[in-house]
Amino acid sequence: MKVMLNHPVREVEVKGPRRVREVLKELNLLPESVLVVRGDDLVTEEELLRDEDRIEIRPVISGG
Amino acid sequence: MRCRKCKAKAVLDIPRHHTAFCKACLTEFVCAQVERAIAEERMFTTTDRVLVAVSGGKDSLSLLDILRKLGYQADAFYVDLGIGEYSRQSKEKVERYTSAHGIPLHVHELKEDEGAGINDLADLVRRPTCSVCGTLKRYHFNRTAVEKGYHVLATGHNLDDEAARLLGNILHWQTEYLEKQGPTLPDSVEGFAKKVKPLYRLAEREIAAYAIVNGIDYIVEECPNAQGAKMLLYKDILNRLESESPGTKQAFYWGFLARQEADKQARPSMAEHDRAVLHPCATCGQPTTGEICSYCKLMARAKKDGPATTVSP
Ligand code: SF4
Ligand SMILES: [Zn+2]
Ligand SMILES: [Zn+2]
Repeated sequence: MKVMLNHPVREVEVKGPRRVREVLKELNLLPESVLVVRGDDLVTEEELLRDEDRIEIRPVISGG
Repeated sequence: MRCRKCKAKAVLDIPRHHTAFCKACLTEFVCAQVERAIAEERMFTTTDRVLVAVSGGKDSLSLLDILRKLGYQADAFYVDLGIGEYSRQSKEKVERYTSAHGIPLHVHELKEDEGAGINDLADLVRRPTCSVCGTLKRYHFNRTAVEKGYHVLATGHNLDDEAARLLGNILHWQTEYLEKQGPTLPDSVEGFAKKVKPLYRLAEREIAAYAIVNGIDYIVEECPNAQGAKMLLYKDILNRLESESPGTKQAFYWGFLARQEADKQARPSMAEHDRAVLHPCATCGQPTTGEICSYCKLMARAKKDGPATTVSP
């Protein structure tokens, strides 16, 4: 699947099917620090992502 | 995962409350937490005029959205820091949101009124950018609220912001700052607006989720000056603890507030203390502890050092 990351904006490829929780673990991201968006929808850590999915991982922590 | 309230498909799990919500119930939860914060900390009522300091980020735009939804009279105030592309984009988000919802927006332009953007000003006075930025924003938030006749100035600080700041203050035992870390600061003297943080009961992640499910178009990009900021490190550490034991952040910050409340009886109130130490700045009239306020000192220094370093003999 295609995974879009922010700060800076970039795209990485992760093999599916896999749960959101596992994708975050693979990318070494804390669930508490990000949200996962597929299309226009937020998905929880349990969501199963397929190989053809395109998701965005949105950081929620700001430093200002 | 299902919504704990209505069994629809959940969009966000909230381990610290052992719950998960669908879109509609998440919005309801967030609004209820803000209502509770406003009531418990006696922030304002529907008859008060509230000025919300907006940056274009998720917290401040969501705060404006929530307050309006709850029926409060909330207007917006934006300080244009003149940080190139970042300021241009964040201002555009603010303008788009406020005009789409018919919300009055006040704007302060640093480049026009102080004569330079934040980076140049910080260079002129040779102080860290974020510290100069903090002084300028605090000053204009207060001044604009007072001059435009608002009862309260509201900022989008959330649970993560406050817990991280508390951690930083405690690590360095900056106990003099602890007193000012409550969600409500009184309008103790003439010229001093009441300051409130209605999002202090909500985690940053919950507010970002609110913004996304409510279609609020906010700036995801960070201020370029924030990179490597200490705050990000403290937040990351707290979130590691939170992931291991959900509820850590709220136990830390709310526990601090509860202790502070219990201590109150023993000490003179913040309002009494403020009245004893604050008086009008000799230059601009805004409340300060010194003879001249830190904003006026900063600007005097910028003017004095400014031309001297640029004009050649
Ligand atoms: S990161 Fe620093 S310069 Fe940027 S808005 Fe925050 S305080 Fe101001
Ligand atoms: Zn629901
Ligand atoms: Zn002054």
